[in-house]
Amino acid sequence: MVTTTTALEAELLEIAGSVPDPELPVLTLQELGVLRAVHVRGAESVEVELTPTYTGCPAIEAMSLDIEQALHAHGIRDVTVRTVLRPAWSTDDITAEGRRKLREFGIAPPRVREVSGPVPVSLSPTRMLEPLRCPHCGSTDTELLSRFSSTACKALRRCLTCREPFDHFKEL
Amino acid sequence: MTTTAPTTAALALGDDALVLSHRLGEWAGHAPVLEEEVALANIALDLLGQARVLLSTAGDEDELAYLREERAFRNLQLVEQPNGDFAHTIARQLYFSTYQHLLYAELAAGEGPFAGLAAKAVKEVAYHRDHAEQWTLRLGDGTEVGHKKMQRACTALWRFTGEMFQPVDGLDVDLAGMETAWLDSVRAVLHRATLTVPEGPRTGAWTAGAGRQGVHTEPFGRMLAEMQHLHRSHPGASW
Repeated sequence: MVTTTTALEAELLEIAGSVPDPELPVLTLQELGVLRAVHVRGAESVEVELTPTYTGCPAIEAMSLDIEQALHAHGIRDVTVRTVLRPAWSTDDITAEGRRKLREFGIAPPRVREVSGPVPVSLSPTRMLEPLRCPHCGSTDTELLSRFSSTACKALRRCLTCREPFDHFKEL
Repeated sequence: MTTTAPTTAALALGDDALVLSHRLGEWAGHAPVLEEEVALANIALDLLGQARVLLSTAGDEDELAYLREERAFRNLQLVEQPNGDFAHTIARQLYFSTYQHLLYAELAAGEGPFAGLAAKAVKEVAYHRDHAEQWTLRLGDGTEVGHKKMQRACTALWRFTGEMFQPVDGLDVDLAGMETAWLDSVRAVLHRATLTVPEGPRTGAWTAGAGRQGVHTEPFGRMLAEMQHLHRSHPGASW
């Protein structure tokens, strides 16, 4: 379906997109790539399409509330946030600026993939564009401690050069 | 209650995810190391998310999760099996994630009612499967104690694995092809882990394998009692 975006929708998309992620506040929802569209449905009535990073990500509810608040503050009275699953979110949807901010925050950003689709960790090296780097010292000599870390989207690794542990935003 | 075919399938897949999510959640505070505690909780969270989407297509998610009787659940008997020791949990996880990964990959490639969820979930489950495979290798090809426990677990759960490939109304997938792929994959992992592929039947209603028809094993009732008691005791309560 092809829909044209009006100037108002573009403006509202920017406002909703500037809302910080509730779990990784260094990123905005636009940089995380979870905001799909804003549709103006009538006078003062707006529908927002949001896609979850992981199906069970509990942050989606906080995101919805924050988007509603941001748009209310902009004078939109009626805001509906709809969760869409298709097309599925991928870490490739995180913007270049988002990746830079993650690295600065001490989280190794997900690598951009040549091939889309699920990538079991054990098969990953042959399908990755770039080596994984420690966000603290930049070394590529790192090891996996656990496939799952503080949130579903991260793995826990350790740098063998500077010895610091760090989170890695897993490729999805 | 009469249900249409997609609802039957949504209940089957949704109940698998919900029940296994609850079992994995039982590890909170008990896992052998902190990293595994976090890993199992994260896998449980992924499954809970999938369950919410699936059950919501079949009705009210809370009513379905908290107010159905045991006989109305359509999950595989495999996922309701108690955690046992860590090896037991990993064997259950290996058998189920391999199945779920193959199933979602096929559903994601199609245009059916579950394609959207499957396309998303298949990527999450790829990590669950990898996690289970790596632990199977580590325990099986590890110490003598680890090997023994892993072998015992794989053998004990083997009889629950045939049920995964029984037809489900509304689930349009190549079950025979999936079963072959599942057997190839699980056998390869067990071989690499120096474990013996269990012998004996993989199904049989008299031993195991009628969860999809609402027949469950004894521990499931106790699990449901714990899972549902708060909601039933305080209807409508919220944080």
